[in-house]
Amino acid sequence: MDKIDSGLLESVADLHEIPAGAYNIRKNGEGFSRRSTANIEIVAKTDKPGIDIIVAPGTKNESVHIPVIITESGIDDLVYNDFYIGDDADVLIVAGCGIHNSGDEKSQHDGIHSFHIGKNARIKYVEKHYGEGDGKGERILNPVTVVEQDENSVCEMEMVQIKGVDSTVRDTKAHLAAGAKLIVTERLLTHGKQYARSDMDVYLDGEDASAQIISRSVAKDNSKQIFHPNAIGNARCRAHVQCDSIIMDDATVSSIPAITANSADAQIVHEAAIGRINNDQLIKLMTFGMNEEEAEEVIISGFLK
Amino acid sequence: MLKLENVSFTVDVDGSDLGIIDNITLEIPDNAFTVITGPNGGGKSTLARLIMGIEKPTSGKIYYNDIDITDMSVTERAKLGIGYAFQQPPRFKGLTVRRLLSLAAGSELPVDECCGYLTSVGLCSKDYLNREMDNSLSGGEAKRIEIATLMARKLGVAIFDEPEAGIDLWSFSMLVESFKAMSSGSHNSVIVISHQERIMQLADVMIVIADGKIRSIGSKDEIFPQLMGEFNENCGFRGKEGK
Repeated sequence: MDKIDSGLLESVADLHEIPAGAYNIRKNGEGFSRRSTANIEIVAKTDKPGIDIIVAPGTKNESVHIPVIITESGIDDLVYNDFYIGDDADVLIVAGCGIHNSGDEKSQHDGIHSFHIGKNARIKYVEKHYGEGDGKGERILNPVTVVEQDENSVCEMEMVQIKGVDSTVRDTKAHLAAGAKLIVTERLLTHGKQYARSDMDVYLDGEDASAQIISRSVAKDNSKQIFHPNAIGNARCRAHVQCDSIIMDDATVSSIPAITANSADAQIVHEAAIGRINNDQLIKLMTFGMNEEEAEEVIISGFLK
Repeated sequence: MLKLENVSFTVDVDGSDLGIIDNITLEIPDNAFTVITGPNGGGKSTLARLIMGIEKPTSGKIYYNDIDITDMSVTERAKLGIGYAFQQPPRFKGLTVRRLLSLAAGSELPVDECCGYLTSVGLCSKDYLNREMDNSLSGGEAKRIEIATLMARKLGVAIFDEPEAGIDLWSFSMLVESFKAMSSGSHNSVIVISHQERIMQLADVMIVIADGKIRSIGSKDEIFPQLMGEFNENCGFRGKEGK
């Protein structure tokens, strides 16, 4: 692993060295290194690129890291990762993709992730996207996430894209059985001419399923963002969708939260707000001795934390 | 020492000038607790905002320790040691109370120090340290945290704009004690805009501002009886007392 590799790994997975527990590192469209553990098995797919991650029922307090790094220009990587989480398991999954593109061709990674989460199982999924490199080549990430939650399972997803990705189209779909709980937190910062779009459909199919979708974003310069989360209640359930954006410079933000109830017992709420940084906030921080740029930075990093 | 020399401030309303501050000349001494009072809309908050640099005077000069700060930015004045607690503190999504206090202090504050500041404004620190300074806080809670941000700093001049507004009776006594401690403690000079008698009782210097002008200035013993007399005269019912 060279310096660029470890820098990218640190940015997307907080990894300073080879992680403890199960992991799979993918580099430039190929498996780079992999380790299974007694309870978590990682197997390469034979019919298409990608891996199956199989977590044994009852596995507790273990983690899986599956970072992807791209360091060459002109890579177009498509990968299918399927997670099978056994009943009663409780695991942390750290994914993420870092692209270092110093060439003039585009580098693209499209990760298709599907999760099958067993009864009473619990996962926390953290996914970070990061791009760097001084080439003219675009850095593109188009993740697709499909979640199937069995009864009383809990899925907590944190998706973060703070820097350097030119174009992202994110597509997320989730189905929740009775008593299942989904919490999605999306944090996004775009700048320059970046484009980010996120479509999300959450189906609350079983009694007492619940979902919380929170999206916080900052759009700078000439960047463009579109959010379109939709919570669909098909039974007695609760859902809350919240989109909150700070807009700056000449950016464009479009927030289109949607809620659909197919049951009279569905309780679904959405909120959406877009606004610039309030002048009083800036002045307050300036009275602590910060200049305007520093104050702006504090406000944005707090908002996206 | 803070000095204002012939300071005026006007705003443009439908093409004509509306005077908010009218030619104020004033010296606010060091090591003193100064209370500014007066009727609503008289220009008190504007005066405070002119001192902090949030507004710039239309004419006149402001000096701090003999430095002309008239054209200095808020940031520059803050670095010189001037601080201001807002009448209506802004909210910040995602910023915890602990982080805000640390930003005020200029370095990451240890938990016990944060707790000390929160306790002195009557907030139970363990409930508030990791709360966000967002709209989930009530007006009174946000206000007390705002006051605590000034306590976390060592200032030459600390200005509080109606610190009592929105604070409940139980916390108010606590706050008065904290101001009493502040008047002999961390900040060189404390200026409080207030309508509260118990805060006025702490004053070394009292200034009454009305219609953008200084109506009177002096010690608490000189000014306070005048104010009380004024209320009696203005109030028909009180005036008849004893008859």
